[in-house]
Amino acid sequence: MGVSITNFGRSGLHDWMIQRASAVILAVYSVFLLGFFLTHPDLQFSEWKALFGHLGFRIFSLLALISVCAHAWIGLWTISTDYLKATGIRFVFQAAYVIALFVYLVWGIEILWGV
Amino acid sequence: MLVSVYRYNPETDKKPYMKDYQVEIPEGKDLMVLDVLALIKEQDESLTYRRSCREGVCGSDGLNISGKNGLACVTPLSEAVKGGKLVLRPLPGLPVIRDLVIDMSLFYKQYEKIQPYLINDQPAPAIERLQSPEDRAKLDGLYECILCACCSTSCPSFWWNPERFVGPAGLLQAYRFLADSRDTATQDRLANLDDPFSVFRCRGIMNCVNVCPKGLNPTKAIGHIRSMLLHKEI
Repeated sequence: MGVSITNFGRSGLHDWMIQRASAVILAVYSVFLLGFFLTHPDLQFSEWKALFGHLGFRIFSLLALISVCAHAWIGLWTISTDYLKATGIRFVFQAAYVIALFVYLVWGIEILWGV
Repeated sequence: MLVSVYRYNPETDKKPYMKDYQVEIPEGKDLMVLDVLALIKEQDESLTYRRSCREGVCGSDGLNISGKNGLACVTPLSEAVKGGKLVLRPLPGLPVIRDLVIDMSLFYKQYEKIQPYLINDQPAPAIERLQSPEDRAKLDGLYECILCACCSTSCPSFWWNPERFVGPAGLLQAYRFLADSRDTATQDRLANLDDPFSVFRCRGIMNCVNVCPKGLNPTKAIGHIRSMLLHKEI
């Protein structure tokens, strides 16, 4: 029926699945960070650096970053197709968030592996 | 009692307006909103609205009653009057033809899209296609829909995308045929619902459940459709 070339996945089901999976990953990541802060009341830079020096945590962080990008793409695409009825404005908005998410992703990778 | 009614005649009015009527309500009776419309019609014959069975079966008199969609014939004043005032507007989100009458073409177009009829590629039996009582029970809560459009016109996703989102009424019926043991087109039906709009524009806010005059649950049916799509793809 309705098709789209600007949504994230190949189908509505695909988008829906990714949005839910990414939400779970982000929730787990947030709870982990919250737990880390609670167990380190006097957090020092060295401890913070050590956390990000661990390969497992870098992978976890990258997974969370990719999840943010996918989740935001799907969410913003939904909002744009609900509220932006003029095709030109909608396209500019969609292009803007896709580029912004790409920048965040590359920048985030550089930060994670630049520690 | 004060009744404020949405009025719009595209032939004479530049834009819609609200008109106030004073209506004498008989003592000791809890009239239905439709009865009040009949009393207003006695005062002002130009008021236009749809009605037919006046007992919640035909689904003609869906209105926005003091802010909530419902059937005028089965909504008592005791539920509808707020602060001594009754406010009647057409169902939101679809074009107004005149006063309280809306153009339901898009609503019916979405209904047509889900193929609301039994499809079976097997030769027809001599008498009828049999169904076990258990399979028949799966259709309860689905077949009762009267297509009054109270649910779909209370749904923001349907307001913003009425051409592409099937809407709660259509999706309830889509599941009614997906769940039917006698239907053999399940895979084709699912394939037609897989895009980002038809089913997945539902955000699960349950406005549809809140307003359904028959007490049905389209959100639950949509959840079942999602599960069926998921089982098909995993």
